[in-house]
Amino acid sequence: MTAAQLMRTALYDEHVRLGARLVPYAGFEMPVQYAGIIKEHDAVRQRAGLFDLSHMGQFLLEGEGVAAWADTLTINAVATMKPMQARYNIFCNERGGTHDDTIFYRLDGRWLLVVNGANVQKMWAHLNAHSPASGVRLHNRHGRAALIAIQGPRSVSMLQPHVAGLDLASMRYYFSAEGKVEGVPAIIARTGYTGEDGFELFVEGERAPEIWSGLLRAHAADGLEPCGLGSRDMLRLEAGMPLYGHELTEEITPVQAGQSWALKLEKPHFIGKTALGAQLEGGDFPRIVGLIVDGRAPAREEYRVFAGGREVGQIRSGSIAPSLGNKNVATALVSADTATIGTRLAVEIRGTAHEATVVPLPFYKRQK
Amino acid sequence: MAVPEQLLYSKEHEWVKIAGDTAIVGITDYAQNALGDIVYVELPKVGAKVEQGGNVGVIESVKAVSDLFTPISGEVVEVNPKLDIDPAVVNKDPYGEGWLLKLRPGNSGDTRNLLSAAEYEKIATD
Repeated sequence: MTAAQLMRTALYDEHVRLGARLVPYAGFEMPVQYAGIIKEHDAVRQRAGLFDLSHMGQFLLEGEGVAAWADTLTINAVATMKPMQARYNIFCNERGGTHDDTIFYRLDGRWLLVVNGANVQKMWAHLNAHSPASGVRLHNRHGRAALIAIQGPRSVSMLQPHVAGLDLASMRYYFSAEGKVEGVPAIIARTGYTGEDGFELFVEGERAPEIWSGLLRAHAADGLEPCGLGSRDMLRLEAGMPLYGHELTEEITPVQAGQSWALKLEKPHFIGKTALGAQLEGGDFPRIVGLIVDGRAPAREEYRVFAGGREVGQIRSGSIAPSLGNKNVATALVSADTATIGTRLAVEIRGTAHEATVVPLPFYKRQK
Repeated sequence: MAVPEQLLYSKEHEWVKIAGDTAIVGITDYAQNALGDIVYVELPKVGAKVEQGGNVGVIESVKAVSDLFTPISGEVVEVNPKLDIDPAVVNKDPYGEGWLLKLRPGNSGDTRNLLSAAEYEKIATD
């Protein structure tokens, strides 16, 4: 895709003004960093960071039949969601591979489905191909709606003064409310992708800059940092959260990626159920593990992983982890017999073997 | 963007400072800024013979792996020991504490292929 075809989010002018480094991502010119990836990472862990996530897909689902229909396409339960609850969910293919990982937000009389930016066209086609049951209407808000996230331990105190008539501290994790931020109508959800407390704000694109600049103006002095996709990737990896295209792909199932907690085999039927059930039952499948790699050289995607000279898998994501004293962490897809915690493996980095140890995920867990 | 007058530069964004029979090599302020947070530097061993323009290692930032080229030929006499402990020193002080290699220059003619500060600045700001 050439630069001329790239889309811009509603916050593009704000990013340019803030000196962001913009890169093509999911069809948009997106900020990968402003002041620096590690500095932004630290802001989120210690104070709060502000993210433009408007490249993500937002589909509105309306009608009586939404929950029953969505339950046939996803591995987690939709119908049992309470009003204003949010729930992580995964769409699979018939082989159990991952079509996309998403969040359903149950709103007042409708549902918001948030899909990965890179999967918007694929998911829109998928939903329409599995022709909605009678009574389901789909609206694609992609490109018009914006998504702003504020993430970090000070999210509540920084966001609260800008929200009228809603007590943010009492909002439950993975719940949402409809309200106003800076006077702009928004869906305010206590969700995120950083391993910290925080909120995601779904708003109309044309009014998103009012929220973005209002929050930065009010809180830049007490440490609210604009944050790009670079720090977001580092934060989610530390928090052990899968990223589509890395830990989850059309070939890597949710069971392999450690997401079986979201798999509801008691649902009567959904795409991929047979394959996922059989995989779980069989047990001997390659799976995603966490690695701490010795030394300073980062392990990067697709580097090969060995156990005693035998190739057993490959790296899927890797980064230094500032929250772990700058240790090198990675996820790898490895054979079942080498996936036990404590197993010593080797990562091939430019022809040299670097020792690594299988460790539990997540690498980082916030103090509550 | 800082481009000190007294140094020589390569098109690949390395600098070299020749002092007697030692040449100090590093990457420019422009390069460190373009790379972003540097997390790892891999350099040749002391004693290695390197050729002008040759690949002598890698510099890794959070997001990318980049090849490192030497702006002059020579024998490696020292590599910056600080880089193992704190590679971010290259970001903080690319022309000082963040130097990469010291070489015994092998070919005095090498400097003819290098750029002045003014010439380099033109390339880096294009």
